[in-house]
Amino acid sequence: MSDMEVNHQEKRRWKFPIHIEERVSEPPRWLSPLLSLLAVIFALLLGAALIAVKGGDPWRAYSHIAKSSFGSLGVFSDTLVKATPLILVGVACSLAFRMKIWNIGAEGQFFVGAFGASAVVLTPLLPLDAPRWQFIIAMALAGMTMGALWGLIPGLLKAKFGVNEIITTLMLNYIAVEWNNYFIYAIWSEGGFQMSRMFQKNAWLPRLTDYSKQFKIFSGLTTHMGLLFAIVVAVVVWFIIFKSKWGYEIRLIGDNPRAANYAGIGIGRNIVLVMMLSGAIAGLAGMSEIAGVVHRLQGAISPGYGFTGIIIAWLAELNPLAVIVVSILFGALILAGREIQPTGVPTMIQGVIMVCLIAARFFLRYQIIIGAREEE
Amino acid sequence: MVESQQNLDDVVNVVSMQNIVKRFPGVLANDHVNFDLRQGEIHALLGENGAGKSTLMNILSGLYKPEGGVMEVNGKRVTFASPRDAIAAGIGMVYQHFMLVPSHTVTENILLGLNEPRFLMQLKQYDEKIAQLGNRYGLKVDPGAKIWQLSVGEQQRVEILKQLYRGANILILDEPTAVLAPKEIEELFVTLRAMTREGKSIIFISHKLHEVMDISDRVTVMRKGKVTSSGILTKSTDRAGLARLMVGRDVEFTLDKKPVEPGEVVLSVENLQADNDKGLKALRGVDITVRAGEIVGLAGVAGNGQSELADVITGLRCSTGGKIIVQGEDITNKSVRCGIEHGISLIPEDRTSVGTAPNLSMTDNVIMKKYNKSPIGGKWLINTIAADGYARKLKIDYDIMLPNVDTSVRLLSGGNLQKVILAREISSQPLLMIAVQPTRGLDVGAIEGVQRLLLNQRESGAAILLISEELEELLSLSDRIYVIYEGKIMGEVTDGDIDKIGLMMTGMKQSEIEKQGETQNV
Amino acid sequence: MDIILVLAAGIATGTVLLFGTLGGIFSERSGVQNLGVEGMMLFGAMTAYSVTASTKNPWLGLLAGMFAAGLISQVHAFISITLQADQVVSGLSLNFLATGVSLVLGEGLNSIKGVPTLPFYTIPLLSQIPIIGRIFFTNQSVLVYFGYILFPLAWYFINHTRPGMHLRAVGEFPAAADSQGINVFFTRYLYVFIGGLLAGMAGATISLAVSPGWFAEKTSAGQGWIAVGLVIFAQWNPLRAAFGSYIFGTLRRLVLDIQGPNMIFSFPNPFFYNPYLAFFLKMLPYAFTVIVLIIGSHEATRKRIGSPAALGLPYIRGQRGL
Repeated sequence: MSDMEVNHQEKRRWKFPIHIEERVSEPPRWLSPLLSLLAVIFALLLGAALIAVKGGDPWRAYSHIAKSSFGSLGVFSDTLVKATPLILVGVACSLAFRMKIWNIGAEGQFFVGAFGASAVVLTPLLPLDAPRWQFIIAMALAGMTMGALWGLIPGLLKAKFGVNEIITTLMLNYIAVEWNNYFIYAIWSEGGFQMSRMFQKNAWLPRLTDYSKQFKIFSGLTTHMGLLFAIVVAVVVWFIIFKSKWGYEIRLIGDNPRAANYAGIGIGRNIVLVMMLSGAIAGLAGMSEIAGVVHRLQGAISPGYGFTGIIIAWLAELNPLAVIVVSILFGALILAGREIQPTGVPTMIQGVIMVCLIAARFFLRYQIIIGAREEE
Repeated sequence: MVESQQNLDDVVNVVSMQNIVKRFPGVLANDHVNFDLRQGEIHALLGENGAGKSTLMNILSGLYKPEGGVMEVNGKRVTFASPRDAIAAGIGMVYQHFMLVPSHTVTENILLGLNEPRFLMQLKQYDEKIAQLGNRYGLKVDPGAKIWQLSVGEQQRVEILKQLYRGANILILDEPTAVLAPKEIEELFVTLRAMTREGKSIIFISHKLHEVMDISDRVTVMRKGKVTSSGILTKSTDRAGLARLMVGRDVEFTLDKKPVEPGEVVLSVENLQADNDKGLKALRGVDITVRAGEIVGLAGVAGNGQSELADVITGLRCSTGGKIIVQGEDITNKSVRCGIEHGISLIPEDRTSVGTAPNLSMTDNVIMKKYNKSPIGGKWLINTIAADGYARKLKIDYDIMLPNVDTSVRLLSGGNLQKVILAREISSQPLLMIAVQPTRGLDVGAIEGVQRLLLNQRESGAAILLISEELEELLSLSDRIYVIYEGKIMGEVTDGDIDKIGLMMTGMKQSEIEKQGETQNV
Repeated sequence: MDIILVLAAGIATGTVLLFGTLGGIFSERSGVQNLGVEGMMLFGAMTAYSVTASTKNPWLGLLAGMFAAGLISQVHAFISITLQADQVVSGLSLNFLATGVSLVLGEGLNSIKGVPTLPFYTIPLLSQIPIIGRIFFTNQSVLVYFGYILFPLAWYFINHTRPGMHLRAVGEFPAAADSQGINVFFTRYLYVFIGGLLAGMAGATISLAVSPGWFAEKTSAGQGWIAVGLVIFAQWNPLRAAFGSYIFGTLRRLVLDIQGPNMIFSFPNPFFYNPYLAFFLKMLPYAFTVIVLIIGSHEATRKRIGSPAALGLPYIRGQRGL
């Protein structure tokens, strides 16, 4: 077909003078964030409807969320604690998704990251009275290594055999849970309970409340060093994606792998590297949660951070800096969500948000024209 | 000399389109177009790429709905809601890009969309029916063959049979000769004339003047969405006249090509062998040389190994034998990056799927080959300021139309997109440039621009391998022309002898042609 | 450990995977990839169980479960077909949505007592065939027998009927189908719906036959994802799908049953003596899925068959190419 017809679509005919047609120029900059905002609002409304159907009171539920996440310094600190692993997982997913590698395995990478960090303390790999900074570094490295390994496997399988990474990363999620369970129940079990012993204090990430002697205001605030890791990682990954040569390669492969091939960029190599880095960051999230919040290895360490991270990455349009903001909002949702009946509501709201987001993207490529066209 | 037109009372219009208007976002493709088709004629619809002829015929075949205008078939007003209605009215369209399901057989493709057989598919009886139909019209195919196994010419026959099977009396052929060798074109024309004798009426869309002069009874010329001359007798005009109607000004048929003394050998391909995507042999021992400062053309019908050859030389595909030597160095089966570093540059056949990243900005697209080196690429980071500056310079130098260098390239027209690719490749000062179908789908102005750029490169000393399906283009640009057929070089032509080239394109080796020539001279 | 009983139970469990996989095959053959199978399965299971609990009629529950999943599949259909969004992302979000809704609406279901299941039958003559009879035809749920009939029918439908050919054409080269008057969009919506119906049936098979009850996310425990993997392993062929599903089902049962006896084939059963090793057993189905995928992908590359050519690509009329 000719030059002009290649990208055009048959216009839809409507009875009213409203048409939808393909855009011929870039959509305005503000459109995308606006659509995201509308998607979230719509999702919240839908969630409210479902809560009502089940007999709850949506307004009370929502105002409860707002109060129990941002109402005071104390609860805000709790929100940040919940946001910390979300930021890391969100950044991990953003990185992978930029290359159209669907890392659904952040949850599993989180789990094995937690395992790695715990192994340092429980094996023990360092003497029990080693200085704190040694523990922090060792645990972080161990967590990232395990996460990287969990990312390496699906990465290699995709690069070498073309195996669909969505399923492999997902399967590894289930495997990771069982792996951790084995160690929790069989090897590190404390007194027959389904958890390991509590880590000693020098294996804890420092929290604000540890400095309450110097700064009275920090008393009781559980925000921990993991937040610092998270923000640093987000900034570094932002730099990588937008300012580095590697980031250029990643973006090019993600947009058009054939063009990247034609430009001489090695795709298989990048698949493996990106999956490893993505896995490492998710593993770091696991370490952060273990060393900063839970302080022991147990079965329940994640209310689905790995999956929420996917939605956060999408909402943030795969931009690591935006991930920070979005994670705080979602942290609030998770924090307060524990107390909402019925229990599946936060998951459901996340699902609706994602569906609305994707549907809304349609308007970035098409626009609504009101009023009939004039015949010349 | 203009012959008198037939008496209006005698004429039977099988199709009449009046005042057709069709818009797409940003462009008026058909602007109050009138077109009619008489019983038993071959009517050519002529225009350059983008003139609106395909659009008009897509309306006639039911794929598009017009915003304005009236259509009549056999005297009755019609509106087509979908291709099904057009098919029911006896209109069948053979598209330029075949609408055949590659993994299905010929029979399955022909039966697609029909109501019979109703539910259970027992194909044997239909195989026979179709074979008979093929014999009747001289369109031989094996009904049980799968489409991907057939040659392009055979696939076209299936497309035509598909329409005939549905009882089409009005056939629309969209650029049917684009994929055929000269001999196959002859065969097609014979078939078409046979069909008109049986009472069918044919619309022949083309942008090739000599074919239109050859085959059609009447011709309608379109330019930029409007009809510039409706239904004139082909006998009453000539190539120059048609060209003027097509383009709106007198067209030069030759380009200004300066004589250049070719330098040393840049590319030497020896006995190259390679497989295609299906695992079948695509290159069976190709030998080619290209020197600095010359354009070497490669002629041949699509599907004879050209794509694979370009892929192998640039490193996008592995060879199974033979050597590729660039400036004395053997780079066979080395990586794409290695090729780029040796100064090899590719203008790919597929602008959107291979040559560019559609959602990235123009800047991101033009630094594809340079992002690794300074001044744009540092040790780890990219200097975005340098990158933007570079893109802006290219935008001006190559006159690329787009709002700013941050715009996504998917919004660009074909011509501008090709300019982006050329700007990128040429400014990396390649030693060897391989251009595959560089002017396909572009309008005349853009074509001239691209050809100019290639000639400039030749004058600067680049070695250029030009792979094209347009013989005219090859003849006007190339210093030498190789002809490829079924993965082997049939011969090399330096004197622009079209007949020789045509014969080689159908499989005759140059040595055989010369022997024949000698025996004829005796 | 009676191996016959294990195999019989394996067939039943495999039936769940079979329905999910067949649904995936229909959907993907039309060119639409639906990764939301897990969510749809859960939604179907929840709805089937819930309706059965209220009406005490498991047949109504089955129909409700199928229809519910079919309905929710249309969200994905609309977003990926009409709005032309990326099918992977759309499928994933369907998953989140369906899972979330299932959890919310399914709250409290597991406390209801006395929910009837679908009937179990023993086929009179066939069940007396030695070994095979006891495995395939003795005391199986009616849905299992339905599965036996469904997969060969599905195979025949896809490969030897006219609507089946249209389906294949839409998934391979929608432009060809469109130009011949076949409504590509309607076809795709339809088969996504059928995929949903089957996923819902799979869910109902869990909650009304194989593992009656409602256990939140543990009800499906990743079987929807295994089904997605099996579609690739089956190379989009219902016969291979049946083969894969039944084998997988058996594997899952084996993992559960192997922990029981203290002797297996006269060797001491390691899983009996160290129950913690069971965790590695639980990994097996998932690890196996990965292996199955590797085999499937490798074979596809080798034999140069692949997915339906247009899988994952939105169809836009007038666009060059597919």
